[in-house]
Amino acid sequence: MVHFPEIGSGPPADRVKTLMTGPLIALIAKLLTGASARWVDCQPDTCQRVYFANHTSHLDSLVIWSALPGPIRSLTRPVAAKDYWGKTMLRRYVAGHFNALLIDRKDIKVHQSPVDLLLREIGSVNSLIVFPEGHRSSGRQIGAFKSGLYYLCKKRPDLEAVPVHLDNMNRILPRGEFLPVPLLSCITFGSPMWLESGEQKTDFLDRARENLLRLKDI
Amino acid sequence: MVSDPITWIFVIGVLLLLGVATTVGQFLKGQPESGLNPAMVQTFNRRIRAWWLLCSLVAAALFLPRTVTVVLFGLLAFWALREFITLTPTRLSDHRTLFWVFILFTPLQFVLVGLGKYDLYSTLIPVYGLLFVTARVAFSGDPKRFLERTAKIQAGLVLCIYCLSLAPALLYLDIYSTADMNKLPDPQVNPYGKNALLLFYFVFIVQMGDALQYLWGKVLGHRVIAPSVSSSRTWEGMLAGSGSAALLGAALYWATPFNEWQAGCISLVIALTGFAGGMAMSAIKRDRGVQDYGTLVVGHGGVLDRIDSLCFAAPVFFLLTKTFFTLS
Repeated sequence: MVHFPEIGSGPPADRVKTLMTGPLIALIAKLLTGASARWVDCQPDTCQRVYFANHTSHLDSLVIWSALPGPIRSLTRPVAAKDYWGKTMLRRYVAGHFNALLIDRKDIKVHQSPVDLLLREIGSVNSLIVFPEGHRSSGRQIGAFKSGLYYLCKKRPDLEAVPVHLDNMNRILPRGEFLPVPLLSCITFGSPMWLESGEQKTDFLDRARENLLRLKDI
Repeated sequence: MVSDPITWIFVIGVLLLLGVATTVGQFLKGQPESGLNPAMVQTFNRRIRAWWLLCSLVAAALFLPRTVTVVLFGLLAFWALREFITLTPTRLSDHRTLFWVFILFTPLQFVLVGLGKYDLYSTLIPVYGLLFVTARVAFSGDPKRFLERTAKIQAGLVLCIYCLSLAPALLYLDIYSTADMNKLPDPQVNPYGKNALLLFYFVFIVQMGDALQYLWGKVLGHRVIAPSVSSSRTWEGMLAGSGSAALLGAALYWATPFNEWQAGCISLVIALTGFAGGMAMSAIKRDRGVQDYGTLVVGHGGVLDRIDSLCFAAPVFFLLTKTFFTLS
């Protein structure tokens, strides 16, 4: 099941609240993680994109979203784990204000694939932030990619897939910890890629993973 | 506080010097055919920018309540510790120790400085911090390289937080000149009172010491102290640079509670400890294989690169002043 917090669809007063709280949450996230964003062979753009990143911490989706420039941020919806971000009042509140799409990883129905739901939700306006490893890796390795990214790009070949590498996030909030340590981190946006016509699933996923790994050493 | 002419002369003098240095730096930047190494010009300009920042930080002490200065130094120290720990490999089992180091010890140290509780802030980190870190790492249940891990966290805490916190602590001392000290307990004798100016003087001498050591090293230096630690630090640079910093400090004695030779000696000592700080921090960097703390997480300024000498010189300057120029 996918749960979509209702953003921007409420009465005007709620929309104003979202406008106020979003930048504040982004600021706090940036201060807490000391994140510096680098754009390598890629410029911030409002076109529809799928940002895909390595996953090492529950804060990842929030941090990438915060690193985007304001106008793009409001168009971008991070996919986040419902079992973490939906757990407490505070987390639900924050998730609601960074536009999160909360996915229940334990209960994925075949007849209602998350890919279709994500595509329906972004329509022809929004961008997505996804973590194709599916779960958090514990260290500096990047695991194999699940197929979701491929199906997103197959159904919407016009989407730009942008690799995003997160460095040091696993030390700021490691697996199994609930209190973050305010170290410094670095977010690198790489050059956009598309699904080539006739490209096989494994080839595309390997290419995407290679592009992400390459950002590690830039 | 700022109605005092000596303070004004000092501040305007420093501003003029920085202004001239900035102009020269920008001029050199616009002259690629000058024959100077562009990397050197870039280093020079980066240093000037850091000086502006540090000088405005200390100038804040002249115009604003001293608590503001304590808070600003607290933020600087916090950022330095982030860089230090980010650079230092820690294990996942150190996470909770680090949490308390950042969330409890760092702010508490500056709160205690701000309250002027010398007995507490002088012991919080060297005693309680040391015991806490050692014990907390043990409680994490991971004995692997235990001493190495505790030592890293303790070093970061002492160098970045404790040492740096003693710079704004200077604002809370009742300082007397030696001539006045001999007359005590005469009720007519007042403390020196211009502590913010003394802090400015301290930061200025340390930064000038850095620059003069670098400059003399370029001009005279050929005996490198430790090539594998720092290729640019030479014995000639250290001695000539610290000597000129001492002369400069003595020449500016009128801004301080010290007389000429006291100011000269203290300036010599802080220039030398500042140099030692630079050496120590660059040894840490070489061990980790990075050029600058700024490049460790790309895009960050590298605060630690700029304040390494301050971290070492601040406790020495504070303790010398407190021992010889206050009543305690």
